[in-house]
Amino acid sequence: MSEIGSSNGADTDQPIEVRFRGGGFAPKSRRWVGFAVFVILIVFVQWGTQSGWISPLTLPKPSDVLATLGQLWESGLLFKHLEPSLRRLVVGAAIGSVTGIAIGVLIGLFSIARAGLVPLVAAIFPIPKIALLPLFVIWFGIDEGSKYALIAFGTFTPTVVATYGAVDNVDRSLVRMGQSFGLSWFSIVRKIVLPGAMPGILSGLRISLAIAIILLVAAEMLGAEYGIGAYILEAGALYDLERLFAGVVILSLLGVIVSASIGFFERRLLGWRT
Amino acid sequence: MDIRLDSISHKYGDTDVLRDISLEIPAGQIVCLVGPSGCGKSTLLRFIGGLERPDSGRVLQLGAAPEGCLNPLTFVFQDFALLPWRTVKGNVSLVLEDHGIRGAKARAIIDDVLTRTKLSDFADALPKQLSGGMKQRVAIARALAVKPAVMLMDEPLSALDSQTRELLMDDLVSLWTRQPFTAVYVTHNLSEAVRLGHTIVVLSRRPGQIREIVTIDTPIQDRRPGDPVCQKKHDLLWELMREEARAADGELIDV
Ligand SMILES: Nc1ncnc2c1ncn2[C@@H]1O[C@H](COP(=O)(O)OP(=O)(O)OP(=O)(O)O)[C@@H](O)[C@H]1O
Ligand SMILES: [Mg+2]
Repeated sequence: MSEIGSSNGADTDQPIEVRFRGGGFAPKSRRWVGFAVFVILIVFVQWGTQSGWISPLTLPKPSDVLATLGQLWESGLLFKHLEPSLRRLVVGAAIGSVTGIAIGVLIGLFSIARAGLVPLVAAIFPIPKIALLPLFVIWFGIDEGSKYALIAFGTFTPTVVATYGAVDNVDRSLVRMGQSFGLSWFSIVRKIVLPGAMPGILSGLRISLAIAIILLVAAEMLGAEYGIGAYILEAGALYDLERLFAGVVILSLLGVIVSASIGFFERRLLGWRT
Repeated sequence: MDIRLDSISHKYGDTDVLRDISLEIPAGQIVCLVGPSGCGKSTLLRFIGGLERPDSGRVLQLGAAPEGCLNPLTFVFQDFALLPWRTVKGNVSLVLEDHGIRGAKARAIIDDVLTRTKLSDFADALPKQLSGGMKQRVAIARALAVKPAVMLMDEPLSALDSQTRELLMDDLVSLWTRQPFTAVYVTHNLSEAVRLGHTIVVLSRRPGQIREIVTIDTPIQDRRPGDPVCQKKHDLLWELMREEARAADGELIDV
């Protein structure tokens, strides 16, 4: 034994601490990191534009964009643009995700619905919904109707796919347990299937709501007087980079707020996950 | 309420799983089912509980379920089957809600079953905060809450370490002595069977048939480890099981 030990060199007799190789794969809440990334990026661009090696034709100065945002706020124009946008987003996304979750649950629960609707969903998923905007204008009118429809339609398909996948993944032994205690079908769906599918549904909503914001802008670029999309389109047409970026910043903020509020719901609703 | 199994046979596809099982499960007794892995014990239990239907044969309830019984045939699952998003209390109340039991009445039942399973201090804990033994006690509390006529337990202790298993067996014995319940108890573990069973049904290898029915007359609260009668029964069962296992091995070679 000692022969083997000594043949490996002098320091093998020393105890070696076991190398730590666990940890990770468990996301923790570190909000300041995301914030720091933004700050660093903005400071970097500000420095670049100030010192001149980023030409004003490439990127506007962050400080100018901020000033534009300030003007927007003071003139009251910000809310004139934000109010219709938010309304379209909320109404459209609510219609799309509620029907999406409902249809997704049906597909998850009934073989008939699955056989009938999965191919249909697969067929409409890859259609760029923006391409259908002219059609929606004919169907639902040039006003709000077509915008709601576009956003609803765009959020609907990813929500359906995420929801029925989530329902499929609910632990069947829990469903059997419910049946073995004589729970009604409706109770099993409400108390076992839906909560069990909630993690998948929420992560699906993250994607669908981001798509909703993209479609919002697309819808507003076509025939809207007010709205963030209209504002960006107008700025782009005039090549007014400050205003264009001010609009983009508002959209990004919207995206961050949506994502943060889903994160909030996840923490509230999914605290049971290990 | 007694249960009678009337010549139950079943096939999954081409595999014969159970063949002509007839058995009486008398009220107030614990019937243990032992047998080699894959002989159809869990399948038989699902038939008794009405979660699946046998190809032929019937499961009969004899007599009415006792008064106040909410769910006559109640399972205790090997993997606990607790809802991870509900607290201990919530998991018990789940099975009461559908019977319209809420509020003070529900609280009384929940308090009672949690006390009987020594879980009162954990009423508001989530399953992820509990150890395996505690989770199984929650599952037992949930089963007790519906006042079952027959408890169907599928290897309820096999996910637990041996100390916890001993403790939970003691718990089951004291639950039974305080208020005798009827149970069908599936297990791999012969000492569990000898400890808890009034009758022990030995199933043969697949296709499962009744190989032997062993009864133990010693009252279950008086059974001690090392008790000569119990030890003899244990050895007998061991011998039977070993023959089955050996025969099953031989069959694989024959194929
Ligand atoms: N749903 C099913 N479909 C097809 N075959 C099944 C199904 N359930 C069980 N089987 C088969 O039936 C046989 C009996 O299964 P069962 O789970 O009842 O055995 P068991 O006695 O409980 O085994 P164990 O002791 O390992 O739990 C096995 O061979 C299994 O592969
Ligand atoms: Mg089994």
